[in-house]
Amino acid sequence: MLSTRDHNLKIILGQLYALWLREFKVFLRERSRLIASTFTPLLWLFVIGSGLGSTNLQIGTDYQKFIFPGIICMSVIFTSVFFGSYIIWDRKFDFLKSVMVAPSSRTTVFIGKTLGGMTTSLFQVAIILIIGMALGINYNALSLLQIISIVLILSFGLTSLGLTFGSYIESLEGFQLIVSFVVFPLFFLSGALFPIDNLPAWLKFITLVDPATYSVDALRNSILNLGTYSFQLDIEILLLFTLIMTLIGIFSFKRMKAV
Amino acid sequence: MIIIENLVKKYGDFYALNGLSFEVNENEIFGLLGPNGAGKTTLIHILATLLKPTEGGAIVNGFDVLHDATKVRGSIGVVFQAPSSDDMLTGYENLKVHALLYGIPRKIRERRISEVLKLVGLEERKNDQVKKYSGGMRRRLEIARGLLHHPRVFFLDEPTLGLDPQSRNTMWTYIKKIVREEKVTIILTTHYMEEADMLCDRIGFISNGKIIALDSPSRLKQEIGGDIVKITFTNGIHSAKDFTHFEFVHRVEQNENSVIIYMDEVNSNLHRLIKDLEDVQSIEYKKPTLNDVFLKFSGDSLSGDSPEGGFMQRYAEYKRS
Repeated sequence: MLSTRDHNLKIILGQLYALWLREFKVFLRERSRLIASTFTPLLWLFVIGSGLGSTNLQIGTDYQKFIFPGIICMSVIFTSVFFGSYIIWDRKFDFLKSVMVAPSSRTTVFIGKTLGGMTTSLFQVAIILIIGMALGINYNALSLLQIISIVLILSFGLTSLGLTFGSYIESLEGFQLIVSFVVFPLFFLSGALFPIDNLPAWLKFITLVDPATYSVDALRNSILNLGTYSFQLDIEILLLFTLIMTLIGIFSFKRMKAV
Repeated sequence: MIIIENLVKKYGDFYALNGLSFEVNENEIFGLLGPNGAGKTTLIHILATLLKPTEGGAIVNGFDVLHDATKVRGSIGVVFQAPSSDDMLTGYENLKVHALLYGIPRKIRERRISEVLKLVGLEERKNDQVKKYSGGMRRRLEIARGLLHHPRVFFLDEPTLGLDPQSRNTMWTYIKKIVREEKVTIILTTHYMEEADMLCDRIGFISNGKIIALDSPSRLKQEIGGDIVKITFTNGIHSAKDFTHFEFVHRVEQNENSVIIYMDEVNSNLHRLIKDLEDVQSIEYKKPTLNDVFLKFSGDSLSGDSPEGGFMQRYAEYKRS
């Protein structure tokens, strides 16, 4: 006989599975989404990577390899934050209403949705990692484990950010516009495309407050052994960022209107 | 089963619900009738805990909608006005997702899903994506979904809106079947009078956020005062005389060139009514419908504008024709 608490936990896990399952099935059926969103990072990797790589930069490694961690982060940033627009779709097509009228808490709905966004990001990163192998990047068991952990933490935090925006913004157009203002600085100021060791003070400061900086740095630590900060510090800051974003996201979902 | 007390819902200065109170009994089909914008959907949303009332409260299946929202949600099923299934998923997958959301144990989940699919006649299409379903099939899937967890109370918000007459008939058949097989209390909103007349045990007319009449369809029709006779004159109303002195006439409505007379026993009284009339163009006679009841109770409030429009015009046209 299960105690009430175990029973409730079982129900909540079932609800999370349900919400994740729905996102995953939709993701699998919309393959064009995966292809389209993997295309941009690859374009950067090959065009900017090879283009700037031909100019003999002093960065201690091949430029294409140098930006590879940054490109992984780029794909996570774009996919995760824009995933927030799906909550607007759900509202538009009343799917959200049918979820809200079920006895699941808003926190569960939020986490379930975030897990869906995380899965999307993970798939995309997997594709980029495979292409990385063709570029001469080597992984071992530890670095793969580290990469997956970093991607999971970052995408959880950024999907939360996207869903927070989605819970406040009513139109898809508005969402695209506002989120662009967030996504591009997150990416460009993360040091994804340049080393952050010798930056002018003002730029250095901005990279320090950009959470994506620490994911780029963590990935560089584990893939290229080239980080600016220690891997542990990177992970700690990322976890803190993701925790804060999750709490803000849950709060936003709780106050979101059901109808 | 449902107790509604003095519900008020205000949007700015606009009262969507204006002090609504009534009760719904166990195992009845209760119809909420009224024009668009009368507050029907707002009421359903409050009872389903999706909206908070400005004032007042409601008890659904013994749980307070304000303080026991989760328990209310666990004991009700809702079919919204617009289909809300994910059309990228199959019918079966939609049901599975919702079975999990309602915490239906694995042991009975599959059996229950087949049961509801069978109930609404969708077993053969269960593995098709919902985007391949017709409008009527989508509605039926919503009904199946709403019934998955054996709710005690089932809300149907405009279940036949936008369906063709044939699909509407099918829908009615299924609704009657549900009552028989699932033993639920049903609250149904509609603005189709014949739908309410056919399905409902009791009907509440709602207009401008208030209940203006509440009873069984047959008693509501009695209340209107017998049969309806409409006399149209060639030269306008000036040639009409006063009908109210007849003891069998209950009420007379005067229009531009016609009069509508509510009276007892048309068969035996008509000859007295029209005995000395001149310039008569036509005489029509009919038994009262819920339409007439609604018109009587809502009176002049019908001439006001409703936010969604459409319904008022149809009534105005009906009244004129």
